[in-house]
Amino acid sequence: MSYSTSQIWTIIGLLGIGTYLIRFSFLGLIGSRRMPLFVLRHLRYTPVAVLPGLVAPLAVWPAATGGAPDPARMAAALVTLAVARWRNNMLWGVVAGAATLALIQVAR
Amino acid sequence: MASTTSKSGFRQGVLAGLPFTVFAIPFALLFGVVAAEAGLDAAQAMGFSIVVIAGASQFTAVQLMTDNAPVWAVLAASLAVNLRMAMYSASLQPHLGTLPLWQRAAVAYCNFDQSFAVSSARYETAPEMPVAAKFGYFMGVVTPLLPLWLIFTWVGAVAGRAIPDWMQLDFAMPILFLALVGPMLKSLAHVAAAITSVIVALALAGLPSGTGVLIAGLAAMIVGAEVERRRGRA
Repeated sequence: MSYSTSQIWTIIGLLGIGTYLIRFSFLGLIGSRRMPLFVLRHLRYTPVAVLPGLVAPLAVWPAATGGAPDPARMAAALVTLAVARWRNNMLWGVVAGAATLALIQVAR
Repeated sequence: MASTTSKSGFRQGVLAGLPFTVFAIPFALLFGVVAAEAGLDAAQAMGFSIVVIAGASQFTAVQLMTDNAPVWAVLAASLAVNLRMAMYSASLQPHLGTLPLWQRAAVAYCNFDQSFAVSSARYETAPEMPVAAKFGYFMGVVTPLLPLWLIFTWVGAVAGRAIPDWMQLDFAMPILFLALVGPMLKSLAHVAAAITSVIVALALAGLPSGTGVLIAGLAAMIVGAEVERRRGRA
């Protein structure tokens, strides 16, 4: 790494400010005004729209296998989602998913 | 009674946030170690974790700095990784928008994947919660996470390579997030949004980090809203 100390702190500072502005954006500027129904209808789906896409590449091409497709992690991901949905409970999903991953790896 | 509801919301939030410490500790340790190996000192590693508090973008920044990328390129790539949080901010607004400015500012500082995922799951099942309780809940979720994130960044930065890479904790985060999403899949629109998200994110996995999930998120929100519009809200 060939940055000066001030360059490193500039990166940290600007990244911090930029990240904060992204997080503050809608929450800060719109405040208590009501957003149009059309927008609210889209926002209702934010968690289910972002989180699966965030973790899908980690399940299909995990860093732990050097990016090679890993059936164990894919199976664990599907079991987690299915059991959490079926029992309507997060913890059951976690237990089932972790158990699936552990079992497949022990069985290998 | 507002303070009582806020307090009970806080307690519930702390309990809901606890499982995520399993993931926050190794993630923070790993960041500290990677930062130290890249040549940052402990104060700079802590600077990242305090000022930025967004793990994925911190790893991106340090990775690019290891490659001696220009400062602007480090910033652009790392900020792109965090753009999804604008969607989190918009999604929290209907629930928390009436809070005083300083409380919204505090929520914004703590608005990362885990806190957003846990809190919005709760708000969805209990939209009638008073706004003070919703704020208490959000702050409760981050209370066990934030100190651990900072402490273990420091431990990792100081201990460096001394940390063994035992246990497959790389998959703790995907499992926790998917388990959180599971109970939210309660209508065809939600399922359609989740499937769209996975397909688009996988198809765009080759794009610079953070870009794929951003496009996947937008596409999935459009699909979810469109299914809802055609079929009525479930």
